[in-house]
Amino acid sequence: MMPDDTLTRRAFLGVGAQGAAALVVGFYLPACGGTRETTPGRAGQAFTPNAWIRITADDRITILVEKPELGQGSRTYTAMMVAEELEADWSTIRVVQAPTVPAIYKELRTAGSGGVESTYLAMRQAGAQARELLRTAAARHWGVPRQDCRAVNGAIVLAGTGRRLSFGALASAAAALPALAPTEIPLKAPEQFRLIGRAVPRLDLPAKVDGSATFGIDVRVPGLLFAVIARCPYFGGRLRHVDATRARRVPGVHAVFPVAPLPRRFNTAGGVAVVADSSWSAVQGRRELVLAWDRPAGEPESTAGLRRVMERAVLGPATFVAVDRGDVVDALRGASRVLEADYESPFQAHATMEPMNTTVDVREREIEVWSPTQFADEVQREIAELAGVALDRVIVHMTLSGGSFGRRYQWDVPAEAWQVANVMRRPVQVMWTREDDFQHDFYRPHNRQRLRAGLDTRGRLVAWSTRIVTTPIAATNLYTGYTESPETLRDPATIAALEWYGGDIAPYAIPNFRLDYAPADSVVPRSWWRSVASSYTPFAEESFMDELAHALGRDPLRFRLDLLTPGEPDADRLRRVLRLAAEQAGWGTPLPAFQGRGLACRVNGTCSAQVAHVAVDPDGSVRVLRVVSAVDCGLVISPDGVRAMTEGAINFALTAVLTGAITVKDGAVEQSNFHDYRVLRLSQAPDIDVQIVSSTAPPSGVGELGAMLAGPAVANAVFAATGVRVRRLPIESTLLRRT
Amino acid sequence: MPSITLHINDHPHAVDVAPDTPLLWVLRDTVGLTGTKYGCGMGLCGACTVHLDGEARRACQILVSSIGSARITTIEGLAADRKHPVIRAWLAEQVPQCGYCQPGQIMQAAALLAGTPHPTRQQIDEAMNGNICRCGTYQRIRRAIARAAAETA
Repeated sequence: MMPDDTLTRRAFLGVGAQGAAALVVGFYLPACGGTRETTPGRAGQAFTPNAWIRITADDRITILVEKPELGQGSRTYTAMMVAEELEADWSTIRVVQAPTVPAIYKELRTAGSGGVESTYLAMRQAGAQARELLRTAAARHWGVPRQDCRAVNGAIVLAGTGRRLSFGALASAAAALPALAPTEIPLKAPEQFRLIGRAVPRLDLPAKVDGSATFGIDVRVPGLLFAVIARCPYFGGRLRHVDATRARRVPGVHAVFPVAPLPRRFNTAGGVAVVADSSWSAVQGRRELVLAWDRPAGEPESTAGLRRVMERAVLGPATFVAVDRGDVVDALRGASRVLEADYESPFQAHATMEPMNTTVDVREREIEVWSPTQFADEVQREIAELAGVALDRVIVHMTLSGGSFGRRYQWDVPAEAWQVANVMRRPVQVMWTREDDFQHDFYRPHNRQRLRAGLDTRGRLVAWSTRIVTTPIAATNLYTGYTESPETLRDPATIAALEWYGGDIAPYAIPNFRLDYAPADSVVPRSWWRSVASSYTPFAEESFMDELAHALGRDPLRFRLDLLTPGEPDADRLRRVLRLAAEQAGWGTPLPAFQGRGLACRVNGTCSAQVAHVAVDPDGSVRVLRVVSAVDCGLVISPDGVRAMTEGAINFALTAVLTGAITVKDGAVEQSNFHDYRVLRLSQAPDIDVQIVSSTAPPSGVGELGAMLAGPAVANAVFAATGVRVRRLPIESTLLRRT
Repeated sequence: MPSITLHINDHPHAVDVAPDTPLLWVLRDTVGLTGTKYGCGMGLCGACTVHLDGEARRACQILVSSIGSARITTIEGLAADRKHPVIRAWLAEQVPQCGYCQPGQIMQAAALLAGTPHPTRQQIDEAMNGNICRCGTYQRIRRAIARAAAETA
């Protein structure tokens, strides 16, 4: 079936070339309203006050959402922001994905938990703009002053008369009005909200419980073929020889051909494509290939070797100093007591439940792409460049994604799919098997951090230094341009953005503080992974903070509260969430033997604190029984959405804390499916209690904070339960075994 | 290739596929029922869970030739009228995030409740442990199953 929730660009432009022009001028170029060519008041004329809203005479309201729906609820929350100001009847709202028309839609992507934060104002303004035009249309119709016309639940009502005109009835008259600059329109005060902050059921869920939701892998277009690619298992290796005789004999196989690697800008491995009339035939065909690969020159990489390199790099020179306050060297020298510890976390896979895939149809005049991406405008640009065609010849349908967690911000998958479809010249879906997915991911970096802290004679924390060593994201992720240039790895802005951000720890009052960075080489592709560097820096920092508290015989909660500088806004917010999480978790109350509670906190726009309660079994396995998370994310669009994202982020991170690791041997990833990359399962999932702090500050993201804190909260709880300090993830049960 | 007749959601479907084709790919690529998802191909994740004569099974592990006259129910069949208590509970608890694993979760939960109308938490944990959700909706899945069980009391 075709994705029914995506407007094709043709259908979109089918509003009329004039209509499309009106959409543009309606929002971005209000001064050029004269180019609007619609017929005033024509019956059945749709009202498109801007690029995001379309109101038709039948009272249906279509909202075009730019942000991809990866499971975070973006379609619903965007519609809520628009409908709030529009005063729409929620039951008339329909949401579609905005098409790739980059001149109009500039937010066809999401990253860094920024969806709500980056659209909150613009989407409310879009709704308010439509509302004001509808009021004007009604006022003119009735011949009354505008201020007597009020928007109420999908209609304009005339004060004191009981007269009302639905938005649909006003659509054609409103469409004839000149455009209105959105910035001149007053927005509602938070106390007037009737959707924002309320429990609004998600619009995408009905299709997700009856099997009708169309993910990228479900795209079916006439004449579709299915393909898989045999890729070199060794990173940087190349195809030497292929014998496809037997593969071509597999029933259903249409074609077998080599696919060139695209090392720059795409970081694809290349290999051999097998195209067939079903996914299964393609997989069967690939199994029959006889392949020989050339390995890259030099000693093949192994995780054991990488760990040795990192053990040295925590002591060597830094390439970048992120923060240097006071004089750490001097303060450590003068301290009465110095503590030192190394923390380490391995590569991690994204393991989205929907494996990578993209469908491409290369036609004579245009290229049509259906992709579960979180970056549609970039996919459009990259494929246009690969194909050597103008941007507007490439149409990208951003389908629902079966999870992403940063993986689908890369455009390697669409590029490969274009390569295959360009040969076939008919629609092809390139599907990755689970094995492909685990072995050719862009992994969360492997990292090691050395922390040192100096305490004075009165037990005050006077100095702190962190050395972060990672396999840098900047060297391989596609956004920074895939470069092996050492300059990139020394560029402070790049490093700050990718390798340590969030590394400047919570606003603790530490007079002498230094945070620096050194890279370690690796052949393994790396990129974003839910919360990126903040998935490992808080593990080190908040665990080490716990070590310091225990070294001083202090309560870890009290110790943190005392270190937070009074009066600093973030420190005050953090103190509040710390107290709230601790209180809800019963902090300080007795627990049975071999159970413990651990605490961690973080500021990342959003302020959050987490308390984990664990039990450690005699065989050393850790059971996380309960997690309390207190969140201050400013004004809340959807309280249940904040809870869902926080629960999900905690569960996601627990895989990396308890069982998940990607390791490399002989230049290839050792894991291949869910039996050897073990993700959290339902029986391991703790009870989670999310406490939301009420706030009217601008909204900030919640997709990642839960993931940042699960590591240190659980590791600190394990220490409380057993006295054993976990300094490497995932937790090794052999260290905790008592039998 | 001889045609094989499958009984899917109360309708017969004649399919021309190799007998060793897993049911999953027949459903998705031949019959066009894409609600049953591919996740791992090894019976490790549960995304492809369907009912075979009412029993929850991994469609990626069932050869189409082994099915015979068994009745196959997919998410499309179970959810046809959206009145199934598990479907309603899933919406009431707002379970899905990305939603990709949810058809499999729902089929597994429906089979559990058909055999054990009032499962304990431990029975829920055991029955659902083979179904991975990477978005982490596990807490809501537990709640939705408890809700569906209570509604069918």
